Amino acid sequence: MINPSYAELAHAFQPEIILADGAVLVLAYDLIFGRRRAPGARLTASLVLGALTLIGALLASVAVGAVGGVYGNQFVLDDLAVGARCGVLVLALLTLGIAAGAKPPRHPAEYVAIILFATTGFTLMAAANHLLVAFAGLELASLSLYILVGFDKDRRDSAEAALKYFLFGGMATAFLLFGFSLIFGVTGELELSRIAAALAHTELSPLLMVALVMVLVAFGFKAAAAPFHLWAPDAYEGAPTPSAALIASASKLAGFTLFLRLLWPGLGGLAGDPAHGFGQAGGWITIVALLSGASLLLGNLAALAQTNLRRLLAYSAIAHTGVMLLGVVVADVVGFGGLYYYLLTYGVATAGAFGVIAVLERQGGCQKITDLAGLYRRSPLLAGCLTVFVLSLAGIPPLAGFFGKFSVFVAALQAGGLASPLGALTLLAIALSAVALYYYLAVLKQALVVAPSENVPATPVRVPVVTALTLLVAAGLIVALGLFPSWVLNPF
Amino acid sequence: MNLLPYSIYLSFAGALLALAVGQRSAAAARVVALLTALAAWGVALVAAFGFKPTPELVTLVNVPWIPQLGVNYHLAADGISLTLVVLTGLAATAGVLFSWNIEERVGEFFAFYLALIGGVYGVFLSADAFVFFVFYEIAIVPKYFLIANWGSTNRQYGAMKLALYSFAGSALVLAGLLWVYATGHATGFGLSELTRAAPTLARADQLTVFALIFTGFAVLAGMFPFHTWAPTGHVAAPTGASMLLAGVVMKLGAYGCLRVAMPLIPAGLAFWQPAIAALAVIGIIYAGLVALVQDDFKFVIGYSSVSHMGFVILGLAAANPVAVSGAVLQMFSHGAIAGLLFAVVGRMVYERTHTRQLAELQKLPLHRLMPFSAVVFVIAGLASMGMPGFSGFPAELTLLIGTSQFSTVWAVCAAFGVLIAAAFTLRAIQVAFFGQASASVATANGGAHAEHGGPADAAHAYAPITWPEKTGALLLLAAIVLIGLKPDLLLNWIVPSLQSQAMRAIWTGGAQ
Repeated sequence: MINPSYAELAHAFQPEIILADGAVLVLAYDLIFGRRRAPGARLTASLVLGALTLIGALLASVAVGAVGGVYGNQFVLDDLAVGARCGVLVLALLTLGIAAGAKPPRHPAEYVAIILFATTGFTLMAAANHLLVAFAGLELASLSLYILVGFDKDRRDSAEAALKYFLFGGMATAFLLFGFSLIFGVTGELELSRIAAALAHTELSPLLMVALVMVLVAFGFKAAAAPFHLWAPDAYEGAPTPSAALIASASKLAGFTLFLRLLWPGLGGLAGDPAHGFGQAGGWITIVALLSGASLLLGNLAALAQTNLRRLLAYSAIAHTGVMLLGVVVADVVGFGGLYYYLLTYGVATAGAFGVIAVLERQGGCQKITDLAGLYRRSPLLAGCLTVFVLSLAGIPPLAGFFGKFSVFVAALQAGGLASPLGALTLLAIALSAVALYYYLAVLKQALVVAPSENVPATPVRVPVVTALTLLVAAGLIVALGLFPSWVLNPF
Repeated sequence: MNLLPYSIYLSFAGALLALAVGQRSAAAARVVALLTALAAWGVALVAAFGFKPTPELVTLVNVPWIPQLGVNYHLAADGISLTLVVLTGLAATAGVLFSWNIEERVGEFFAFYLALIGGVYGVFLSADAFVFFVFYEIAIVPKYFLIANWGSTNRQYGAMKLALYSFAGSALVLAGLLWVYATGHATGFGLSELTRAAPTLARADQLTVFALIFTGFAVLAGMFPFHTWAPTGHVAAPTGASMLLAGVVMKLGAYGCLRVAMPLIPAGLAFWQPAIAALAVIGIIYAGLVALVQDDFKFVIGYSSVSHMGFVILGLAAANPVAVSGAVLQMFSHGAIAGLLFAVVGRMVYERTHTRQLAELQKLPLHRLMPFSAVVFVIAGLASMGMPGFSGFPAELTLLIGTSQFSTVWAVCAAFGVLIAAAFTLRAIQVAFFGQASASVATANGGAHAEHGGPADAAHAYAPITWPEKTGALLLLAAIVLIGLKPDLLLNWIVPSLQSQAMRAIWTGGAQ
């Protein structure tokens, strides 16, 4: 039974408390002092307060550390949770850095506050060990993200994207809730370890099967796995750039952490055998493996045909989801380290790429890939950073993206062997990574090779100092984590 | 020997420095590039002078890198790697000299150039498959930008084709290596460790894995039928890059076959031997015949490159110490000769006459207009044909003797390829440099000729061959002649390495 200790809870939730207080503080400051200031000053104040909040939360997360189960095991602060908390905070910080250089939102304080609320949702998701907490965290994050996507009220795309994202997300929520209630119905438990204990004595009944499918469909929607990916290209295209960066980076890290915990410690008994996933009847591994294969194929092949840069990034994100799902399948055998590394470094690289887009967007627009033409001449800094991010996404060593993929592939082959369906899936992923190179190089070709077109003024791009620093830090992280992956892998 | 890793670090540091100073001054970037290439080469030569040939690899550095996966930063060298490291230094230095005239984005050009060189050094010195793979990919990426940015004909197409072929090849390699690692339950990615793990695989798996890894590397070595990227890429590349491409990057593929694929799964080699040999011989003859009918001067050299790399593959497939030592010698020899040929065609001739069409060149009395380049090309052409006194001769001779021990038929067929090489080289020399200058051009050879709008108009005004070109050409020529006269300089390094445990497994087809 729950044995509440509020002191313990308050201690463990320092980061969330800081985040929520920070969000309120940003709003309050803007309400009291910001009204009479210029928009630029309001944005700066909001961003500074937001960044301080995030840094405070980050320090608190480290200070709290891995204390294990909290509040009657409804939350768990293990290495994965601490890693994911710190990861989402760093990624949210990157988002704020990007926002500093992006087209300014009309209500900066609200924008920053909602980013902080979304981050609170992410950190809760990272630590949730209870279906209701998980649901609450996920919805806090999701609702914030819907708003962030629709925040640019000057553009129809933004509203359309938000609506589409909201409708798909709402449907996913319904599926998730239905799945959760079925799990509760079968096991009578909401806490993950108790669910696991209850399932240990249960056969995979049809009811459980339905529950699993429901949960996984919801998971597929939230993670933008094919065939539930349809919202992603539109949301990525229409959202204000910092919002897109947050969706692509921090929300992915938090979402996968949550589902990793839900699937393995919670529903691990229903996993099926990774080596013979398709041979056995049932087991969620089969479904996840199918989602992975579909995402890999669809993401990579559809990305080849894109001319819009954000849609290209969206489809490439779907392809990356395929690799992440592969990592989920094998996480139990080889540990969470490889997948966590992948999620974190992928997040940094994607957020960085959106950061470059954000700066360009403010000064002349950047929708088509060809809008990047001549970037090397307009801003060597942006071109250089974009090169690092895109090559990392493509998985070129020694950048972090290469090692992320490598560790997941190694894990998949070790877990399943080559003759298994997992082995085949790994080979497919390796083969498709060569295909992916084509569209990544097409982006870099515009940025580094092609001369500026006549339509785009070849004037130098002015990069705000904060954003320049953010991009440099992100690029530095990508290089450093690629050279020294042990820094991330060691704690796991 | 322990100095050798600095050739890698110096190259990467030079790349960053060239990028930094290139923003301010193109001249400074050139000097940085030249000094870096010289320094890295110097390091290699100093190490080479102190090298005591031993059968096994000599470890240079071995520190844990990613302990979670058993990956060590393990660099090691033996006579084979040393040969190729010295070649890299030579080709890199000559390449910088022949890139002296690059005017646009000079800093970036040399940054990509030196990063590529650093990757190549890294590959030749790696003794851990993971490290090997990392450097291998580092060497591939800059090629794309070098060609797409600074290349000529169809450059973006050529660059993309080359990059995709290379990456498809490296995906095969990665799949094969992971297969051995995971299925063989290896505890690390060290080449020796993987070699111990590989025999535990089922025979069918071994055969497949060998096919994956060997094919993956052979794509970069230009093996038929995966060679089509090579002529296109060579033609599109700027001179310095095509010198590196033909000179050292194609060697990466052959080196990967020899250092990774073959020792890892000797049984696979024994099984696929006939097929590889057949493809190699087809490549030699086919590419030779194609070179014979090209209209574009650079395509002639591009296809000749593929044909000569076919010899290397054939030597490896023959899998005996004589043939393989010939193959390594041929790698060095081809590296120097192809570099020189591309330098003459791309830099000296094309950038002055602005044409590579043999029909156009035929109208120009090039042997009189640029005697230096004509002499250099004739010598390089002779070396390429395998004339005694030049490095091509001992290389091809050793290779063919070794191959005949494996199969007389293939050796005879390959020898036929030498004849074809003579044919297309002589044709190229004849047409391009000693063409029958048409009467009008001949008479107009002191002044412009009004009716002929072609390149002959500028005939009298060709810029003289510059000092970097002369120096670069003489460097390569010296190496070609030196090895032609004293091949044992390299063979003394190469032959002992062929007695290592890993290599002995190759000769016996894994049956020990």
